[in-house]
Amino acid sequence: MDPTEAVERAVARYGAEAPRLLAMLHSVQASLGCVPAEALDRLAAAVRLTRAEVESTASFYHLLHSAPHGKYEVLFSDNVIDHMAGKAELMRYFCDELLIQPGKQSEDGLVFVDSTSDIGLADQAPGALVNGLLVPSLDRNRLDLIANLIREQRPFAQWPQTLFEVPDNVRKSGPLLGEPFRPGAGLRRALELGPDAILAELDAAYLRGRGGAGYKTAAKWGSCRKAQGRAHYVVCNADEGEPGTFKDRVLLASHADLVFEGMTIAARVLGAQSGTLYLRGEYRCLADRLRAARTRRRATGLLGRNILSTPGFDFDVEIVLGAGAYICGEESALIESLEGKPGRPRNRPPYPDTQGYLGQPTVVNNVETYACAAKILERGGAWFAGLGTSGSTGTKLLSVSGDCKRPGVYEVPFGVTLRQVLAECGAQQPQAVQVGGPSGTCVPWREFERRVSFEDVPSAGAFMVFSRSRDMFEVARNFTHFFAHESCGFCTPCRVGTSLLRDTMDKLSRGKGSAYDMERMQMLMRVMRSMSHCGLGHTAANPVVQTMQAFPEAYERRLRNLGYEPSFDLDAALETARLITRRDDEWAHIVSEEP
Amino acid sequence: MNTFLLDGREVPFREGETVMQAALDAGAYIPHLCHRPGYAPHGSCKVCTASVDGRNAASCTTRARAGMRVETSTPELADMRRALVEMLFAEGNHTCPACEKSGDCELQAVGYHVGMDHSRFDLLFPARDLDASHPEVLLDRNRCILCDLCVRASRDVDGKRVFAIAGRGIRSRLVVNSASGRLGDTNLAVTDAAVRVCPVGALLPKRRAYQVPIGRRTFDLKPASEVAITEARRVKEQQRG
Repeated sequence: MDPTEAVERAVARYGAEAPRLLAMLHSVQASLGCVPAEALDRLAAAVRLTRAEVESTASFYHLLHSAPHGKYEVLFSDNVIDHMAGKAELMRYFCDELLIQPGKQSEDGLVFVDSTSDIGLADQAPGALVNGLLVPSLDRNRLDLIANLIREQRPFAQWPQTLFEVPDNVRKSGPLLGEPFRPGAGLRRALELGPDAILAELDAAYLRGRGGAGYKTAAKWGSCRKAQGRAHYVVCNADEGEPGTFKDRVLLASHADLVFEGMTIAARVLGAQSGTLYLRGEYRCLADRLRAARTRRRATGLLGRNILSTPGFDFDVEIVLGAGAYICGEESALIESLEGKPGRPRNRPPYPDTQGYLGQPTVVNNVETYACAAKILERGGAWFAGLGTSGSTGTKLLSVSGDCKRPGVYEVPFGVTLRQVLAECGAQQPQAVQVGGPSGTCVPWREFERRVSFEDVPSAGAFMVFSRSRDMFEVARNFTHFFAHESCGFCTPCRVGTSLLRDTMDKLSRGKGSAYDMERMQMLMRVMRSMSHCGLGHTAANPVVQTMQAFPEAYERRLRNLGYEPSFDLDAALETARLITRRDDEWAHIVSEEP
Repeated sequence: MNTFLLDGREVPFREGETVMQAALDAGAYIPHLCHRPGYAPHGSCKVCTASVDGRNAASCTTRARAGMRVETSTPELADMRRALVEMLFAEGNHTCPACEKSGDCELQAVGYHVGMDHSRFDLLFPARDLDASHPEVLLDRNRCILCDLCVRASRDVDGKRVFAIAGRGIRSRLVVNSASGRLGDTNLAVTDAAVRVCPVGALLPKRRAYQVPIGRRTFDLKPASEVAITEARRVKEQQRG
């Protein structure tokens, strides 16, 4: 297919509208294997943007690429949990098998292998995305199988489905995951109550957003309801990108009704007719199941026109696929992405509740928040408020991974101690838990009595366990690589700071660190925390700050010098000159003095 | 008229004005790079970060409110601001002594203003493209600080949309609107506001390098603060007139 045809196909499917640009880019890439330069011009003409603007969007997302990535693309998940499960060694093994190098398409155009940020499989690490689909629990056997399928060029549609089976791994369930939910139960109650009473019910439940910030859901919906606009929008943030988090994967795969129902209740409160579920690109494999759930709900009068035979209650949900950008989990970046732009967080105020999608009042909530809202309408706010603690009501889904016998999803009441969770998951000699992912909190063993709650250790869901055998410096270093890769680049402190922090951590890991580097990192952290544009930059230095505090020895033993240690290796820099002059004698080297 | 406190001094403002606008109008300078009077606020360089009622925020995107207390130059903020400017120098390939824009460059002037005498950070030495395809304008991405001013100028003033910022993170880059990706194939004119507005030496009119000798250039004659305040007043007069 040529680029013109590919763009025509995308236009036919999605309409020539700028807000659909991301979907159109996905479509073009599906047709051509990449988004080549020629397609940019044609897309730009179709949606009446400039080519530069289309390039701006296309080049922002990691899963879109301008050069071909072969017939088969294998992206290994790069979270520290994947590394602990042997990612680096397995990726090398796989590349050797296929005689290729990471980041380069094979010469025959057959295969492309690279790393990618955490894909939401930390409970089944190491994982990979193969042609965009999740493949868990990699080992040499499974990689041999994949390598064989690639070598024999088996059409991707004919690959054994067992490769792509992703078990939910629910280890402990509560009201959200364990109780059967009758679709419509929450919605019927919501229709009886009406918008004000729905808000009162959520208020009584004291439901707080599950995405991390913990903003009161009733307040958010209430202020959006009051805001004037041409239309109100309901958005579900299913861009679960925080490394070590995968609980939304399970909610979306097996409890989609709860999520859609929560969105529909929000629509009732806001008077919204259109909703969007923004699904992270890495979860593309869940899209079909979500569409099936949506179809079922439409057929039973729970979505579409005159919902539950209520005249004028029209609401439906569109599923929009992201394309590999952690920052789109930030609500205003997510809205930018929905509008077909690069996912750069907006200046706030105004907040989305008054000016969100297309400038209209918009509610953006996490997958789990909507699920809780549906449950609250079904069982009542008082019931929900009876679970958890007074400041953090209800249950919380934790994505437990790392050094434990039973990784998976745990539904626990808020207020549970880390020690309790560690006991339940069979943690092996834990020395630290990273709660809430890299942007969250690193809790050392001394503080395992602390509680998962908004008041103590908040968590958007990740719970990564590190045993005593792990090097906490390496954990932090992995996270600095993640943030440098995912910084959107809008503001100076985060764009430059994340890269400088990563480079300094790499310098330390080479044994080239000095006290000066430690000071410099402290400076970077202060600048990033107090001057960045959004939460990513504010928290990107947390892993380093916190591990420095809790595990100073992990850093100290890497410091060669208490003063200054250059990052530049004079002797190595002479290598080219030595090759040219064919010298390798004593005088052709600069020997650095050991401290 | 409503007022707020800027470093202990009462500053009047009109409803809807930002801290930066009100400050410049009142003759108070807050160092900045991505802000320009008359242009839509952007808030990306963060050099103008101030403490607003105890919380840090960019002065150029924060609306002034009656009675708010803004501190712009506490020792802590001054130190962080200097670090931020050093980070911009570390990010690109800035060679002041060899740069045509020296003396007219805002990054350099702000560097002097914040007292930067070296960079505490390792230079990143990125490999960036230089585009000399346009007959009258040179685009040197080595010096681009991604302030977005040319993007806004071309879109909002010139009505051409020649520029956009592409890529992500440290690999963000200025791109131009032509199929070849070359500046020479766009409809940019050397007289465009987009060229004039560049605060650094990323967009340079050709063949004018040393028409004004070093020593008699903008910031050789006046400090950054005075230039910014004068510019703000000029734009205000223009808008009134």
